[in-house]
Amino acid sequence: MNDSDGKLIAVIGGGISGMTTALEAAEAGYKVLLVEQEPFLGGRVARNSKYYPKLCPPSCGLEINFKRLARNPDVRVLTMARVASVAGGPGNWELSIRVEPRFVNDKCTACGKCADACETKIPNPFNLGLDQVKGAYLPHPMAYPLRYVLAPKVAAGPDGAKCKAACTCDAVVLDDKPQTIKVNAASVVVATGWKPYDAAKLGHLGYGTVKNVVTNVAMERLASPTGHTGGKIVRPSDGGPITDIAFAQCAGSRDENHLPYCSGVCCMATLKQAVLVREQYPDAKITVHYIDVRAMGKYETFYAKLQQDPKVTFVRGVVAKVSADPATGDPVVESEDSLTGKRSTTKTGMLVLATGIVPAAGKDDCPLPLDRDEFGFVTRRQSKHGLHGAGCASRPNSVAQCVQEATGAALKAIQDLAAR
Amino acid sequence: MDKKIGVYICTGCDIGTSLKLGPLEKIGAKGAFCRQHAQLCSPDGTALIRNDIDKEGVNTVLVAACSPREHAGTFSYDPTKVSLERVNLRELVVWSHAANDEDTQALAEDYLRMGLVKAQKMLPVEPLGEKTDRTILVVGGGITGLTAALEAARAGQEVILVEKQAKLGGWMAKLHKRYPFEAPYVELQPTGIEELVKQVTSDKRIRVLTGAKLEKTAGGPGLFDVTVAHDGTTETLRVGAIVEAVGGQPYDANKLPHLGYGRLHNVVTSLDFEAMAAKGKFERPGDGATAKSVAFIQCAGSRDPAHLPYCSTHCCMTSLKQARYYRDAVADGKVYIIYKDMRTPAQYEQFYKKTQEDVGIFLTKGEVVEMADGGSSGVKITLDHTPLGEKIDLQADLVVLATGMVPATAVAAPGKAAAPPPPPAPDAKKEDEAPKDVYIASDVLNLQYRQGPEPPILQNGFPDSHYICFPYESRRTGIYPAGTVRAPMDAADCALDAAGAALKAIQCAALTAQGKAVHPRTGDMGAPELYMSRCTQCKRCTEECPFGTYNEDEKGNPVPNLTRCRRCAICMGSCPERIISFKDYSVDIIGSMVKAIDVPPEDEEKPRIVAFICENDAYPAADLAARKHLNWSPHVRVIPLRCLGNINLVWIADALSKGIDGVLLIGCKYGDDYQCHFIKGSELANIRMSKIKETLQRLALESDRIRVLQLSLDEFGTLPGIFDDFAKKVEELGPNPYKM
Repeated sequence: MNDSDGKLIAVIGGGISGMTTALEAAEAGYKVLLVEQEPFLGGRVARNSKYYPKLCPPSCGLEINFKRLARNPDVRVLTMARVASVAGGPGNWELSIRVEPRFVNDKCTACGKCADACETKIPNPFNLGLDQVKGAYLPHPMAYPLRYVLAPKVAAGPDGAKCKAACTCDAVVLDDKPQTIKVNAASVVVATGWKPYDAAKLGHLGYGTVKNVVTNVAMERLASPTGHTGGKIVRPSDGGPITDIAFAQCAGSRDENHLPYCSGVCCMATLKQAVLVREQYPDAKITVHYIDVRAMGKYETFYAKLQQDPKVTFVRGVVAKVSADPATGDPVVESEDSLTGKRSTTKTGMLVLATGIVPAAGKDDCPLPLDRDEFGFVTRRQSKHGLHGAGCASRPNSVAQCVQEATGAALKAIQDLAAR
Repeated sequence: MDKKIGVYICTGCDIGTSLKLGPLEKIGAKGAFCRQHAQLCSPDGTALIRNDIDKEGVNTVLVAACSPREHAGTFSYDPTKVSLERVNLRELVVWSHAANDEDTQALAEDYLRMGLVKAQKMLPVEPLGEKTDRTILVVGGGITGLTAALEAARAGQEVILVEKQAKLGGWMAKLHKRYPFEAPYVELQPTGIEELVKQVTSDKRIRVLTGAKLEKTAGGPGLFDVTVAHDGTTETLRVGAIVEAVGGQPYDANKLPHLGYGRLHNVVTSLDFEAMAAKGKFERPGDGATAKSVAFIQCAGSRDPAHLPYCSTHCCMTSLKQARYYRDAVADGKVYIIYKDMRTPAQYEQFYKKTQEDVGIFLTKGEVVEMADGGSSGVKITLDHTPLGEKIDLQADLVVLATGMVPATAVAAPGKAAAPPPPPAPDAKKEDEAPKDVYIASDVLNLQYRQGPEPPILQNGFPDSHYICFPYESRRTGIYPAGTVRAPMDAADCALDAAGAALKAIQCAALTAQGKAVHPRTGDMGAPELYMSRCTQCKRCTEECPFGTYNEDEKGNPVPNLTRCRRCAICMGSCPERIISFKDYSVDIIGSMVKAIDVPPEDEEKPRIVAFICENDAYPAADLAARKHLNWSPHVRVIPLRCLGNINLVWIADALSKGIDGVLLIGCKYGDDYQCHFIKGSELANIRMSKIKETLQRLALESDRIRVLQLSLDEFGTLPGIFDDFAKKVEELGPNPYKM
């Protein structure tokens, strides 16, 4: 794809932001290369149960976007691909893109016969490893592109041959090798998204030591029909129902020891998850420990509605410490009001840590010479160099903000092409 | 044009091993020819079809293989020359039903017959040929409009910027400084508005009209004729697409007497405080003395159901900024900030923390319960719900109300208090009426649209849109709201929003110039055709189009503005005379598909059910269920619709009079949080179905033979149960007495 006139926009990251930038630019008549490291597009939103405040499934909007992509010959999609190195400069960025072996070529019809034949199981990447999946797998039911993947150890092991034998389309390629593709792009949009703040660093909040303490990201999978529980929100320890659940806001965020900034979306994510719990458990007691509830703009009415729920309690004050109840092992939450210093201790059946947003591709993960703020978010200062951030690569953003920013980034990229 | 249909049956993915191919081939042979292939999506398979198009003159391709949602790019032909129909034998037949079973076989044969009749009737699309304009009109010369104009011009676009005030700059020009919007997010920044105005006015591609009023906006994308009064003249401008960046205004503090405004001298608004900061003098309006203390009251009007139910987003940061103005000027001055929640999201937290370091600034959560005259000591403020849990009295020389923002589109212009409601359809009964839209005659665009003078409103004066996934798509094609008119947002977000809306406008003008639809059926080149001699002027199409495509002439005839059309075909369902058709999609085509279903005689005890389902949500849900190998009743025949709002009553009547035992309709969720991609299609279908009950009674049929449901895509696991449950119900009712 060495476009001879260099009029190419490269979009790094195939989540909601990258997909949006790619589609909006392509539908305006420009050629785009969309580079995604996972075997499918959709990233974090594909793993979300529902969007706030409408409580609609992300798959609905993704379906439209996949349809737009499938019909648009101006977007080339590379999955399992990363930018390995960069040369050139403004006006002509020369990207070396490394594509990992999928062991399944584009003849795959997603018939699933390889999975039937494969006996090896691996932790399910789509479900954050919370369950297992066959080592020959479709990443998730709505995966785009709709193509299977073989785990490297399956391809190298005895199951590989079984998969190959089962395939009637000649799609399994056991000796698939990494490839390097070189492209010249006049403009690069970095939409590498976010990852959750590492909850392992939140030992004081009981993560990893106290049972039934989960992250908000895991909670999304619990609540999702494509998740490991089929969408049933249950206690991880015993699969039991939720009678009493607490949410700890700013788990890592607004905290000088962790993330000094606010992660922007966790308040609304928690309010939404509280509603999802309520939908499944009309009587569950729900407690939200917070510093400030940041329900911006029209989201306020969602918050106001939840406040009417008599079994939802908002406790002002960060969670200072979580320990295990000596009798049941369940979480005991100690919270402290940041102004009064007043402490309270409550027992709960499950605790959700509203962990924050960290840029997914930091300095070491993305070889582009990006100007970043002190937290690793991409700034807008480098626009003049034909490099643009979009979505959670540039700041903690809601989905709506990601789409907003990504659409504008498409225009910035087009300007780079127009300037040539 | 003579039809030459090539029928291609794929035998891969279990199709060949689960079905008897002979009978399918026999049905397919009703085309020009019927070919089988072991994997049609392979290069060999696609070459086969391509060769038939090029060498054999095939102009209609019927692919009976996997779901049409797959391989859209693989089976892709110029729609102006070649018609394409896809029959879903994989997901809807063999992956969701028992293999080598007579009912499964009958299902496959029906689908192929249905596809074939569609292929016979569909024609290549003819794109609109009208010459269109690609100029972008930006309405509003504040930060959003200026940014939109400049960003569009930098992409090489011609732009016209219209501002009603004599000067560009909007509210931003009234600000002293901006709070930080760039790393490291700790120091105040200049507004930069003068530089922005200079860049806009010196850009050759931007024509600026100030003191200009938009009197009329007629036409549609590519063909907008905008009448602008300026400099004593009136001019009509032809433009391609519009960015609506008319901004907003602070909430009227006169409505907040409980916070002392208008009642106490020393209570001002945050905008008043900007003026003080610009002068560098923080004087009490009451006596002109320099304020020794200032209290900021957050959410003045916002987050208050009696005023603005939403959060205005910028006010927390604005008050922190203003606290800094004041503290920088008055070294011994004291600041109080009284808030409900301090909302400084993302990196703005840095500015909040920096401001908290100042010991002269005291922040507390609390609610104002009383504001009273404190005499020479200013204003006495009584707070409740503070962290200490008790009432507190504060004294401040000056009180600043952090008033929220109201979009310009929320306020009806004087003399235009309300839009005249369109006259109801002559024979419409109350329950038959389309759900009412909200229009506010804000005198902004003055659209010459039959449905109303401005884009329809979702809530609180903000435009209706799919504001999460596709935030710019208003219900007026080619008109893209941006900035505070779209949602509450701060200046930094306004600039981002402007770029996005500018892109959408450029894209719309470009697609329209090629005769293509915009979102969500991007690239669709079909367009509705009206057989006007049968029109009865019932006005349903003009009322029900979610995008206001149809105007009306003085006799009540629909006058289509086709570049406004999103090709949802809701009008096709709305028309009782069935005069609205697309070349590749019509009442006749779908009706013929229904008639193509083979209905076994009563004694075979095999009911037949037609399921009209939305192609955007319920249809993919069926695919996903099949991919999980979930099975459902083989008596159900699925017909995808562009939107459930396409449903035309004649299809139901045709089905029932043919002996079909039950009709299922599955659309998207509707209501306040609607998921319907065409806003009201699903809801309209539901309303239309209320009418069918009379027809059923006339035919002496049970109303239970029709079921209307809503389904989210993620509920795909429940779809087989929905099919089975309905099939069971239909079996209980017994055979349709009209069965042969």
